[in-house]
Amino acid sequence: MKPSTQAKLWYWQRISAMVLALCVLIHLVTILVAVKGGLSGAEILARTRGSALTLVFYGSFVLACAVHAPIGMMKILSEWTALPQGAVNALCAAFGAILLMVGITAVSGVYRG
Amino acid sequence: MQPLSVSLWRGTSNGQFARYDVPRQPSQTILDVVTYVQRHLDSTLSYRFACRVGMCGSCAMSVNGVARWTCRTHVSKVIKGNTLEIAPLANLPVIKDLTTDMSAFFDKWAKAKGQFTGDQTRDDAFAIVRPDSEKRLEADAAIECIGCGVCYASCDTVTWKPDYLGPAALNRAWALVNDERDVAQTERLKAVAGDAGCHACHTHTSCAERCPKGISPTRGISALKKLTAKAAIRGELD
Ligand code: SF4
Ligand code: SF4
Ligand code: FES
Repeated sequence: MKPSTQAKLWYWQRISAMVLALCVLIHLVTILVAVKGGLSGAEILARTRGSALTLVFYGSFVLACAVHAPIGMMKILSEWTALPQGAVNALCAAFGAILLMVGITAVSGVYRG
Repeated sequence: MQPLSVSLWRGTSNGQFARYDVPRQPSQTILDVVTYVQRHLDSTLSYRFACRVGMCGSCAMSVNGVARWTCRTHVSKVIKGNTLEIAPLANLPVIKDLTTDMSAFFDKWAKAKGQFTGDQTRDDAFAIVRPDSEKRLEADAAIECIGCGVCYASCDTVTWKPDYLGPAALNRAWALVNDERDVAQTERLKAVAGDAGCHACHTHTSCAERCPKGISPTRGISALKKLTAKAAIRGELD
């Protein structure tokens, strides 16, 4: 892979890591604050249904995952396996696409309730 | 005092350890131990040293599994029970006994563009660099490297990725990146970017932990990652 591409990927991995760190923090704090004395699925969905905030927040979370995880996978695969770089790239792109699809499906499900 | 039980690596990479009894002395260094064996027990033993005071960087070996400068390592600091195991530095081909072939190590300095490139002549005035400027302080921290190879031998990434430039070469590049007089900065960033360069580093800091000069190559490498990313985004690395 070209050095300039490596450098850009590192940048995107860094940025997405920052977004993820923030999202995980907000996510955990929200759980702690929201769950006081137990919450049911129905109750959660009642709150998240139609909430633009939920959509934007979890949408960004999913996007950051879909950027961050495949770049890390790419490093691991190219260091630990003998796969040619082309195959590694294709696998990781597919992995990213799957994460994005599954994530978006989940977020839109929660939004639509 | 009981004599030391010393195992020294003999032969090439297919060699084996041989055991010697070496009299214990006060303030004895590992290099003293090796020298004793060569002078009194087996004159065919090969090893390297020059300054004996921690300046030349030629005496590094693996002592009880840890890379160290042997001339400034006291036996009392590293001994386990009464035994010492001394081997050539890891991650480098063994020439014979305790001497390694350091060509690849220094070739990588050249590959990382570790040479200064200026554009002034002897007729120009001296460059004025403020001693307390941020760049000068960064360069000061990195420049003390004696090229001993301890960091290189301690880096797992070098072990599993033999074309990785390694901590010392990247630390050298970082020293020059902070040299305000140098005019080859873009070529240098191109040379150190990528998966054989700074992007291969896992930031696990073994190099910084082991460097006898207290340098942190990890710090310079992290800074190179940031600089190369900025340059790549501006399109300067293409
Ligand atoms: S921090 Fe980087 S250069 Fe230093 S030992 Fe770890 S991988 Fe090697
Ligand atoms: S950075 Fe430290 S350990 Fe590495 S070669 Fe230089 S002095 Fe030796
Ligand atoms: S002999 Fe010179 S640094 Fe050890």
